[in-house]
Formats: sequence, C-alpha cells, structure tokens
Amino acid sequence: MSARVAFLAACLAALAPAHVFAQETTPETVQLWHAYGDGSAEERALREVVRDFERANPNVRVELLANAFGAYASKLESAIPTGRGPDVFIDAHERLASYLERRIVVPLEGADVDGLEPSHVAALRSGDRLYGLPLSAKCAALYLNDALFDGDVPDLETVLEASYPNDVRPLVFEAENAYYVASFVHAFGGRLLDDEGHYAFVGPEAERAVSFIADAVKRGQVPEETSGELVMRLFGSGRAAAAISGPWLAPDLPSDLSWRVVPLPSLRAAGAPLRPYATIEAAFLAAESDAPDQARALARYLVSPEAAAKRARIGRQVVSTTAAWDDPELANDAFLATFRDASRDAVPMPTHPNMRVVFEPAMRALRRVLRGGAAVPDALEGGARVFDDLTRAMPAPRDPTFALVGLGLALLFVVFTWVRRLRDPNERLALRASIPAYKWLVHAFLAVGLLVVLPLVVGAGTSFFAGRGTDLHYVGLANYADILSARGGELLAPGSFWVVLLVTVLWTVLNLALHVGIGMALALVLHRPNLKLKGLYRVLLILPWAVPSYVTALAWKGLFHRQLGAINAILESLGADPVSWFAQWSTAFAANLATNVWLGFPFMMVVTLGALAGIPKDLYEAADVDGATRWQRFRHVTLPMLRPAIAPAVAMGAVWTFNMFNVVFLVSGGEPEGTTEILVSEAYRWAFTRGSQYGYGAAYAVLIFGILVVTTRLFGRKLTEAPA
Amino acid sequence: MSHHESHERVSVLQSVLSHALLIGAVIFALYPILWVVALAFSAGESPELGPVPVPDQFSMEHVEAVAMRRTDDGTWIFALQLGNSLLISIATALFAVAIATPAAYALSRFTFVGKKLTLGAMLATQMFPGVAAAIPLYLLMDALGLIDTRSGLVLVYATSAVPFAIFQLRSAFDAIPKDLEEAAMVDGATRFGAFRRVVLPTVRPSLAITFLFAFMTAWNEFILAATFLNREENYTLPVVLQRYVGEHAAQWGHFAAGAILVSVPVMALFYWLQRNLVGGLTAGGVKG
Repeated sequence: MSARVAFLAACLAALAPAHVFAQETTPETVQLWHAYGDGSAEERALREVVRDFERANPNVRVELLANAFGAYASKLESAIPTGRGPDVFIDAHERLASYLERRIVVPLEGADVDGLEPSHVAALRSGDRLYGLPLSAKCAALYLNDALFDGDVPDLETVLEASYPNDVRPLVFEAENAYYVASFVHAFGGRLLDDEGHYAFVGPEAERAVSFIADAVKRGQVPEETSGELVMRLFGSGRAAAAISGPWLAPDLPSDLSWRVVPLPSLRAAGAPLRPYATIEAAFLAAESDAPDQARALARYLVSPEAAAKRARIGRQVVSTTAAWDDPELANDAFLATFRDASRDAVPMPTHPNMRVVFEPAMRALRRVLRGGAAVPDALEGGARVFDDLTRAMPAPRDPTFALVGLGLALLFVVFTWVRRLRDPNERLALRASIPAYKWLVHAFLAVGLLVVLPLVVGAGTSFFAGRGTDLHYVGLANYADILSARGGELLAPGSFWVVLLVTVLWTVLNLALHVGIGMALALVLHRPNLKLKGLYRVLLILPWAVPSYVTALAWKGLFHRQLGAINAILESLGADPVSWFAQWSTAFAANLATNVWLGFPFMMVVTLGALAGIPKDLYEAADVDGATRWQRFRHVTLPMLRPAIAPAVAMGAVWTFNMFNVVFLVSGGEPEGTTEILVSEAYRWAFTRGSQYGYGAAYAVLIFGILVVTTRLFGRKLTEAPA
Repeated sequence: MSHHESHERVSVLQSVLSHALLIGAVIFALYPILWVVALAFSAGESPELGPVPVPDQFSMEHVEAVAMRRTDDGTWIFALQLGNSLLISIATALFAVAIATPAAYALSRFTFVGKKLTLGAMLATQMFPGVAAAIPLYLLMDALGLIDTRSGLVLVYATSAVPFAIFQLRSAFDAIPKDLEEAAMVDGATRFGAFRRVVLPTVRPSLAITFLFAFMTAWNEFILAATFLNREENYTLPVVLQRYVGEHAAQWGHFAAGAILVSVPVMALFYWLQRNLVGGLTAGGVKG
C-alpha cells in the first residue's frame, strides 16, 4: 500500500516540473465572453484592447467570444458551473446578485481600485467583497434636434411646451418601459424597488410620475406605444424635437441630422431633476476558471488607463477609469462628457435579484394606464399584485422519504411483474420471437432513450423541486398544487392556469380549423385538372414553410406595429382608423392567429394534395354514372377518402400548435397583460425569466404533457391506428 | 342558350374564381416575406417603406456586410459559419434517416413485445415541451464531453428528429404491399437484402421528405446552438442572425439580409423536392 503511495508521489513529482515547463512554452488561454452587438463600436474597441493585452503578455492568449444577447445570461449560468465557461465575462452590474446566487462569479481579492470611479466600484460590491472591475457606465440622457429646439433646457416642461411645426412631437421615449419611467419616479422621490427587494412602484410618488407621463401622452406631447425603433425613427427623421435614450441611439442617427445631447433636465412638476438608472458594465471573474491569475491580469488590463482610453475613443464608452479622462481629446468630447455627467447623477440600478422581476409587472401597470386609460392608483396596485405573485414565497421543503419509498415500491412492482411475465413460457416465446425486431430497433432505442427521453424524465423530475438557480429543495406536489389552485388567487383570474388553458385550447382549435380549411380549399383548387400555372402557384404557396419561423414571426410583429406597421398603413389608406393591435386581447390574439395560420396552412395543403392524388379516378366515374352533383361527389367521395390521410396530420398539427412557443412569444409576447400567453410560453417564462423558478416551469411542462396525452387518448386513436 | 355554351361559361367563371382565390392566397403567403426582402435590400438602418414593400433606395450593403463578414485576421467567417450550418444540418438529416429507417420498418412489418409501448413513447416525446429538458440536456452533453462540438449538436438534433421521422417512414412502409419483399425472400434474399433492394427504393420520396424535415430541424435551430457552442468559428447561421438583435438596438437590415441568406438554401431544397413533397406525403401522410 505505502509503496503505491510512494509511486504516486514520485509520479506527481515528475509531473510537476513538466507542468511548469509547459506553462513557459505554450501560452495559457483565457476566455473572454461578451454580448456586444455584431460589428458595433464597442466590439471593435474590445478587440483592439485585447490585442494590446496579448502583445504585452506573450504567454497569454485571449479567446474572445461574442454571444447573442438573448441567450447570454442562461449560457453563462449553464456553462460556468460545468467548467466550460469563460474565465472573464463582461456584463451589467445588476445581474451580480443572481450570479452570486448561482455561484458563478468569484471575488477579486485585494484588487487595486484606485483610479476607478468610486460609485461604479460600489455597485459591484456585495457584502464587503468586490466582484468585478467597472468598465463603463450607461444611462439615459436627453437628445435634442438643433433645428427644432435650440434654447436652454432649464426643465423638461420647456421642451414639452415649446412650439413646433404641426407634425413634430415635442418628445419621444419608451413611455411603457419602466427603465425610462424610473427617471420620472426618481424625480418625484420614489423608486421601483426598495433595498430589501420589495416592489416600490406604488404610492403617491409613483402615481404622480405616471400621471405626469399619462398627461403628456394624452396631450399628444409624447407619442403612444413607443418602441425603441420608433424613438430612433421619429427623432432621426425630425418628427420629434427631443428624445430620451441612451448612448446606443447615437450610432443609428442619420449623419445629416444636427443634434446635441444634455443630461436629463429638471422636472418642474417635481421640483427636482430627472434621474435615470445607471448600469455599470463590468469585467467579472468566472468561477471554475482554469487560469485565474491570467484572468485577473486581463480584467485589470481592461480597466487600465490606456485600455480605457481606447474603449472611450473607439467604443464611445463612458469609461470608469478616471485617468483616461485626462486625455484632452476625451475631455473635450461633448457627447462622452455629457453622458459622464449624466451617469454621475444617475441612480445605480438595484442589484437585488428581484430587480429582474420588476419590469414585467411595472410594464403591465404602465400599459394599463397609457393604453387602457385605467386609473393610475388601480393600475399600480395591480402591478404590485403581479409582482407578489411572481415572487411569492417558495413552498416549504418536504421530507422526500415518503416519495422515495413510493418510488421504490413502484420500481419493485414493475420488476415483479416483469419477472412474472418472464416465467410464463408463452411470454418467453413471444419475447424470443421479438428478438429479430429488436435488432432493427436497438440503435433508435438507445439514441432516443439517452438524448431525448432521459433529459425529459430528469426535467419532469425537477417539477417536484422548488428554488432558484441551483438552490433546489424537494417540495413534493406543492408546485402542482400551486398551479392548479391559481396560487391561492381566483381560479378564473387572468393568468391563472385554467384561463391560460382555455386560451390555449381556443388557440389550438381555431388554428387547426383555419389550417385545414385554407389548406384543403387551396389543394382542391390546385387539384383542378386544367389549371394553368399550377406548379408556380404550388411553389409560391409553400414558401412560408421554408422561411425560419423566428424570422417570419418578427416580420409579422412588425406588420402589426401601431405606428410603423404595414397593416395599419393599409387600414389608413382605406380610410379606417389605425388599430392598436396589442392593446386588446381580441386583436392581439388575432395577430398571433394570423401569423400561425400563415405558417401552418402550407403543410395541410401539401398533405391534402398528396391525399387527393391518391383517390382512384374510377370512384368519381362511378359517382358520375350515378348522377351525383358536385357537392355530393365532394361530400360522399372526396371527403371520406381524404379523412384517413388528413386525420393523423391534424392530430400531429394539434400537438405542435398546442406547444407553438415561437409565435406567441415573438408576436404578441403575451400582451396585453399576459392574456394571450399559452401554456408553453407560460412554462418558459416561469423557468427562465421570472426569477428562474425552474421547477415551477417544469411542473407546467408536465401538466401540458398530461393534457396532451389524455386528449390524444380520447380523440386521437386514429393517430396510432390509422389504416394505410 | 345551348347546354354546351352554359357549361363553358360556368367553367370560365370557375377558372377565374380559382385564379382569384390562388392569387389572393399567394399575396397572403408572400407579403411578409416581401417585407423581409425589401428591408434587406434597402439602404440605411431603418428605411421608411409604404404598404407596398419596395425599397426606395436599392442597396446591397446589408447583404454584403453579412455575407462578406471577416474576422480581424482575414478569415471569411461567414463562409465558415455557412459551412457549419450545412455540415451540421446534412449530418443531422443523414443520421436521423439512418436511425429512423430500420426502426420504422420494424414497426411496420414485425409484431413484437412492447410495440405499442414503443409507438406511445415516440409519440409522447412530441408532446413534452422542450423547455423542461434544456438544462438536463446541457449537463448530459457536458458529461459526454460534447459541449462546443459540432458532432454534439448533430447528435442532439438528429435524435430529436427521429421520433417524427419514424412516424413518417412507418406509414410509408405500411403503404407498400408485403408481397413485394416476401417475393424477394422466396427468391432467396435475406430480410435485410429485400429491405435494401426492394423496399427502400419504393419509399424514396418519403425518405427525401424525412431528410428535408430533419434538415430543417437543424438548419433553423437557435437556442441549443447558442448555448452549446463556445467559439465563433463553430457558430451556425441562426446564432449569427440573433447577434444582430441586441439589447438596446437591433440591426434590422442586417437581420433581414441574414434571414434571406438563411432561407435561400431551404427554398432551393423545397423547390427541388417539390414533387417528392406531394408524393412523399401521399404514401400514407404523416400518420402515426
């Protein structure tokens, strides 16, 4: 035994110098992840800075990875714990708390923070430890069109009340986005979230702020239903004199537009300045790093004065390194200086994990006021209730013994029945006779079992656990009880499981009816014997099937846009009033439906075409001999012959439509107030956006599965037993 | 008016109505696509287009910017990523068809213990929302050392395409008379020989369609690809496309241009397999 230990020790000793040697010759690799836009100035600047770092540290190689913003946070959270993540990553400070919960960041021990903006450093502390080095600050400011407004800006009202040409709005900003509305709330002395993580977007301060905005919208001073794109369009084309936006607006503005930017001014109504949220972008050290020393060196280099100066000059960032601003070129840069001033007076976005949950209820409350004309206090109270629902206390842990014993007994029972079956000689014979068939099936079994069924079973298993991130505890059936009892609220309140189920069923039935109706009608017409241009029609009509659905869903969303959408443009040219598509349930649902019908009818058309081609001609001839009318021929020959081919396609289509996540998520996004959400998009929201309650989302998924299994059992026998 | 004349008038009317219906449907089908095309070929970041989607300033800038993208060291990264997408999608389709074909044949021709259970389980995989499987799948792929590899993605895509492929091919096999391979087996062929030489050639249209569906599964997938791939030179095109939609600002022109570039190969495949599409689904439809 001891000889073996000695041998091992000798091996290790022999390995050690080799390790040191290897470090000297092959450069250590450091992975740096970011989510800057493709080809953006910020990305260019980061590349330059990283190249400088490599030049100064020849024994370190930096691998840069540009991530899609939409998948960034979840990718960090899944990659880092497995050791496959970056060594350093760049992200906004307000995610720190949730990253701490998941233990994917490590503190910077004894880091030198002299020369870094102290308020930015403070935003990256948790307890008495520092978790990141600040790179830059982002916040909103006021853009002014020089040709439309050239005076001083003592307060926002001056801009709102100045006189402009007829088609020019005084101000444009995303009035339904809590991020921008927060500036107004802060001016009135309120806030969105308090230090303990309680929802604070209620009460007199919030009401005054929201009423101010609602009045400005009502007077036409601020356009309604504004998206980020509309801000850019209206301000960029001189149809808005001013805009509240962040530094990201500038690169998109046309080069022939003359504009300037000032920090957000005072609000006369509040007697205090508008104070935007500040986001501090920082370099974080990831847990499980293979090269922590090099990672630390890289993070330090990113905030060094020379790197910061480059990021400011090329990337147009308001850098946190004070020494970089000594450079006269940067000091005299009006754009950067303005945003630097603006960020000094800004309110750092709270880092509490609940901050991620605030935006959904706040947006709902704002929409109810700005679109639906609801009373401000009622709408804000409603938002608070939604927030409480989303952050309700986790179910208490339960003792898993009972469940484990039950599981064990069930397994025992399965084994017992199998053993009994195997002892039956007839069964043994049948099994032996099955062996040739198994040989054809075994690889499919293995592949699907391992990579499809196993993850699904494990996923379903998590529905018995509650908690956020990796902090899970067993709660038995509590998640299911919560969902089915609408979390203690009214069973038929909007957003409860039962109402969402009703919407989902309606969604599925209407979609299928239209898919089959349109698809069959087109197929019958295309099947006419003497039709000209048949091939061309057929190719053009299946095109919707060939374009990726996430692209066309976004295209349809654009078509239904209140101000920019083509559908309202057509309505207006016909003399009708434009429709605010996503403000009411009926029109939002119709928009989703139109998109999904568009996506799905080609499939039904092709299936029907195929089935029509398979109907023997002599059946029609016989019908003609009997003197059948056209309708009788369709009713008694075509339809019965089509049914066996179409029924399975309908059943399959029903399953797909029931779980059609892309369309609902991308087109209406659940608007208004989550009422157009279907079960699967609800499951996704719980699992990934509402504080990552993964078990809760999984319980939704299991319920969806159960509903589909039961329904197909009841109605869909044809699915597995259809005759050829 | 003679009987013949009135009959002719009716058929002219019918043909006019048919074309009107079809043209209406074509407009419905093409309108959103034309918007994407117009956006892709317009100059500037957010062109103002009327109800008729025609660019008022035609420009190739977006298409060029997307298709000609190079990294700092001059690698033509777009070509690399297009290659990834093609490679992954073709491998997925081949793999899925290879796994599904014999299984579907067995489910069509043999009776065996657990057949119903197998069919039920395959169907069940289609009903379970993928949301719940994402994280376990990541951990599994990590345990197998397949994160950040193209073969890992191929495995995941192919296996997730297999159940549907089995349903499709099984009904295609069901539609073929058993006498066909039985005759071959009487002539001395083995079961596998008969399968390969007699059965497979007759289901070729269905194989083509199954290939197409599996290809599209991989070609359009974004979330798993964005989560699993850790190097830009491994990215597939949908991941690249998503990068044009940022947190605060989106480059819609680039996005539209990329969308067109992504769609063209699938459109070409559809056009090429058009006849099979109708024929392949004829052989029994998409039945379970």
